[in-house]
Amino acid sequence: MTSEDREDGARRQAVPELLIGVGLLAVAAAVLWQIWAIPVSPMYSKVGPTVFPYMTAAGLAVLAVLLIVAGARGGWQPEDEKETPTDWKALGFVAAGLVANVVLIQPLGFTAASVVMFVLVCFGFGSRRPLRDALIALVLALAAYFGFARALGVNIGAGYVENVLNVAVDFLLGLRN
Amino acid sequence: MDTLSALANGFAIAFTPVNLMWCLVGTTLGTAIGVLPGLGPALTIALLLPITYQVAPESSFILFAGIYYGAMYGGSTTSILLNTPGESATIVTALEGNRMARSGRGGAALATAAIGSFVAGTLGTLGVTFLAPVVVGFALAFGPAEYFSLMVLSFVMVSAVLGSSSVRGLTSLFFGFFLGLIGVDIQTGQPRFTFGLVELLDGVSVIIVAVGLFAVGETLYVASRRYAGKDEIVPLKGSLYMTAQEWSRSWKAWIRGALIGFPIGALPAGGAEIPTFLSYAAEKKLSKHKEEFGTTGAIEGVAGPEAANNASAAGVLVPMLTLGLPTSATAAIMLSAFQSYGIQPGPLLLTTQANLVWGLIASLFIANVLLVVLNLPLIGLWVRLLKIPAPQLYAGILVFATVGSYGISQSPIDLVLLYILGAVGFLMRRFDFPTAPVIIGMILGPLAEAQFRRAMTISNGDWTVFVTQPLSLILLLLALAGLVAPRIWKVVQHRRLRGQEPVPGDA
Repeated sequence: MTSEDREDGARRQAVPELLIGVGLLAVAAAVLWQIWAIPVSPMYSKVGPTVFPYMTAAGLAVLAVLLIVAGARGGWQPEDEKETPTDWKALGFVAAGLVANVVLIQPLGFTAASVVMFVLVCFGFGSRRPLRDALIALVLALAAYFGFARALGVNIGAGYVENVLNVAVDFLLGLRN
Repeated sequence: MDTLSALANGFAIAFTPVNLMWCLVGTTLGTAIGVLPGLGPALTIALLLPITYQVAPESSFILFAGIYYGAMYGGSTTSILLNTPGESATIVTALEGNRMARSGRGGAALATAAIGSFVAGTLGTLGVTFLAPVVVGFALAFGPAEYFSLMVLSFVMVSAVLGSSSVRGLTSLFFGFFLGLIGVDIQTGQPRFTFGLVELLDGVSVIIVAVGLFAVGETLYVASRRYAGKDEIVPLKGSLYMTAQEWSRSWKAWIRGALIGFPIGALPAGGAEIPTFLSYAAEKKLSKHKEEFGTTGAIEGVAGPEAANNASAAGVLVPMLTLGLPTSATAAIMLSAFQSYGIQPGPLLLTTQANLVWGLIASLFIANVLLVVLNLPLIGLWVRLLKIPAPQLYAGILVFATVGSYGISQSPIDLVLLYILGAVGFLMRRFDFPTAPVIIGMILGPLAEAQFRRAMTISNGDWTVFVTQPLSLILLLLALAGLVAPRIWKVVQHRRLRGQEPVPGDA
C-alpha cells in the first residue's frame, strides 16, 4: 500500500477499501443465491421464511455499493493506520498455527494440536525459545483440558496424551474413593 | 410484589454460600480479563456459556454479571498504567489517567477510578432496581408491531448513530443478521443458508462468532501490527490513599458521571462510549484546575468518565432485563445464555423469573463491594498480569478459543468457521468496522424477525400495521431521524463552511 502525502490524497481511490466493498457485494450475491435454495411452502403465504433474508440481502447490497463509492472517493482509513506496514511474516506464522490446529486436532487430540499451535503463534509474535513455549503450552493445554473437560463436562477432543492422563486421574480418584 | 421486598428476597438468594462463591469467581475473573489487553467480557462470557448446561440459572448469571462489572474495573487499570484502553469505554480514562501515572500520581488515579466505579456502580444498580419495574409497566402494553419498531430503533442507534460511521456500523449489523439467519427457520422448519452442510442446521453458535471476532480477529490484528509502537507499563507510584483535596475533587465528578452514564445506558441505544466522552467534556468545563487537563493529568478527568462508564454498564441491564433488548455485545451474549435456559427475556421476566432477576440485581450490589476490595488492596497482583508477554498471552488466548469452539460439537468444521470469522474480524478491525453490532444483529435479528412475522400474521399481512399504531410509528420515526438527522446536520455544517459546494457523502 502506498501512502504518499499529496494534497489531493483524500480524493484518490483506495484499493483495499474498494476490495472490501466488492467483497461485500459478493457476499450479498451469495446470500441471494442461497435464498433461492430455501423451499417455501404455500401454507405460509403471509410472511414466509424468505422475507427477512431478502431484506438482509438488499441491505448488504446497498451498503456494499455505498462502501464502493466511499472507496472510490479515497477510503476512510486514518493516515497512521495506512502508514503502519502489515507484518505479513507474523501474520503468516499465526495463520499457520491455526491451520495446524484444525488439521491436527482430530488425529492427535487437543493437547498435542494446541502445543503445535502455541509454539507457531509465539514464534510469529517474536518469541525465539520454542522449547520453553512448548512446555508452557503443555501445562496450559492440560489445565484447560482438565478444567473444561472434567469440571465443566465439555467434551474436547482426546488424543493419546489425554487418554493416558485420564486413566491416571481415574486411577488416583478410584484409589481415594 | 413490592420492589424492596423483592430486592430483600434477591439478597437472600445472592447471599447463599454457593452464589457468593460464583460472585467472587466472576468478579475476580472479570477484573483479570479487564486488565489483560485483548480480552473482554463478551469473549469471556461466550467461552463460559457451556456452564449453562451445568449450574442453575441464578448462579451462572451471578457469575456473568460479576465478569461484566469486574471487566469495567479492571479495564481502568490497563488504561491508567499502560495507556492502551482495553475497551472503547475506557479510552477517555486513558487520556487523563495515564498522564497522572506518568507524573507520579498513578495511585490516586487508580483509587479514584475504583472508588468512582463503586459509587457509580452502586447508584446504577439502584437505578436498575427501581427503574426496571417501571419499564416493565410500559413494556406490557407493547404488541409485536411496537416490539419490532423498538428493535429497529435500537438497531439504528447501536450501529448507525453511536459509531464513527453509519455505513460501516450498518454493514456490521447486516452481517450479523445474515449469521443469525443461518439454520432452521423456527416457524416453518425450512433450512436457511446452510450451504448444504448438516453442521449448519442448528445455526452458527454465538460462541464461535464472538470468539472468532474478538479472540482470533484480535490476535491476527495484533500480529499484523507488530511494527506499531509498543506501550510501556508505567510503574505504580504514589499512595493509593487520596488526599482531602483529591477526595473533594473526585466525589462530585463521580456523582455527575453516574447521572450522565446511567440514563444513556438505560436507553434502548446503549453504548458506554458516549457517556464517558460527555462526562469528560463536562468535567473539563467545570474544573477549577483546567491547566492539569492534558498536561499532568486531572483527577476529575478520571473520576467522571470512570463513573459514567460503570453507571452506563448498569443501565444497559434495564432494557436487557425488561425488554429483552441487548444494546452491547456482552448483553447480547447474556441474552443467548437466557435462551440456552429456555428463558425468553421480556416484560414477564420480572414476575416469572423473580428469583433469577432479583438474585442477579442483589448480586450486583455485592459484586461492587467485592470489586472495590479486589481492586484497591490487591492492585499489585493485577499489575503483575500486565507483565505477561504478548506472544504467550495471545497464543494462550487461541488455545482457550479452541477449547470454547471445538468443545461445542467436536467438529473441525466449527474450527474452520471460527477461523473464517477470525479473518473477517481481522479485516473489520483493520478497516474500522465496529464488531459489537455483528453480535447484536445475530442475537436480536431472529427475535426481530419473529416479532415482524407475528405482527404481520395478526394484521393479516397488512404492511401498514407498523405505521398505523401510534407508538410503533413514533419509534420508527425516531429511528429514521437517527439515520437521517446527523447527515443533514453535517451537510448544513459543510454548507456554512464552504458555501454551496457539493459535499461528498460520509461512509
